[in-house]
Amino acid sequence: MSAENAAAGTAAHLQHHFVDSEQQQESAKLGMWIFLLTEILLFGGLFCFYAIYRAWNPEMFYDAHTHLDITLGAINTVVLITSSVTMALAIRSMQLDQKRATLLNLFATLALASVFLVIKYFEYAHKFELGQLPGKYYTFEGIAGSNPHVFFSVYFMMTGLHGIHVLIGMGVIGWIAYRTSKGHFSGKYYTPIEMTGLYWHLVDLIWIFLFPLLYLIS
Amino acid sequence: MTQPKRAIHILPLQTYLGIGSALLILTVVTVWVATIDLGPINLLVAMIIAAAKASLVALFFMHLKYDNKLYAVILLGALLFLAAFVVFTMFDTMDRGIIDGVRAGPINDQAVIYEQSTSGPTLPPAESVRSDTVLHREISPSE
Repeated sequence: MSAENAAAGTAAHLQHHFVDSEQQQESAKLGMWIFLLTEILLFGGLFCFYAIYRAWNPEMFYDAHTHLDITLGAINTVVLITSSVTMALAIRSMQLDQKRATLLNLFATLALASVFLVIKYFEYAHKFELGQLPGKYYTFEGIAGSNPHVFFSVYFMMTGLHGIHVLIGMGVIGWIAYRTSKGHFSGKYYTPIEMTGLYWHLVDLIWIFLFPLLYLIS
Repeated sequence: MTQPKRAIHILPLQTYLGIGSALLILTVVTVWVATIDLGPINLLVAMIIAAAKASLVALFFMHLKYDNKLYAVILLGALLFLAAFVVFTMFDTMDRGIIDGVRAGPINDQAVIYEQSTSGPTLPPAESVRSDTVLHREISPSE
């Protein structure tokens, strides 16, 4: 592939079935956005679950949510937003052909993602200890109202699925950082970094909605 | 190719830092607003702030403002279907009990259901399997 392209005077990253680099990049982005659409609908089921049970049990949701730590939730929001900024800056650095700055921004994103998961771990550990668990595992007795275990089912399913996405994102960012260090990308070809960025921003977007819905019920 | 290539759109550093700061300020605002009691308006305000933050992320970090508008259409399409999904489900779930009198039960009633499912889960399936096989035997000779 690359030898033929080189002979034809085109870039090595260009696959033979695309007209030019721009068409290849646009196609990748189209595919990525359709994937993000399925991700939104995947989380959509859980948002629907949340809407139904909150509408059925407004008081119980309020009482149960007071057992979440708003400070930790807010810190995690700030951490994730900052990681979105560093991810966007990583793409910008590669557009400017700055390999070192790209790597630094990718590592910063990875570090912030780890901070997010560590904070999440402490929140989970605290709830496990108190028995604030989903469904039949719920043993906590400090919340009035009917079926408080439903709130923690919603909480663990939504933050858990989101946490899994953060983990996967970290894996992909690590892989992208490795390829960057190997010199696979340049100011002309950085599509994989951009796709990773789109995914990472969606993970951030979902948390932007999860935070007020779970931690800030008033 | 002869068609002119579009230059790569690189946003200035200030744009990213500015949008990042705006997102952090909106986070502080949403935490602060939640401490004020506005009744049912609280949820609306929180969702408007979240939507504003989401729009900033999508428009600038995800480059929707500068990219092919097809991507924005895909995102809005996903949100449209999500809205239809939630709204039509709520039409059903919010009106339950008008005809058949279904109510949310206390946690202890739920616990009874869990106990039933763990104590004797083998009996009903085994029975149903048995009756199925009997049914098959009855049918096959007659055919």
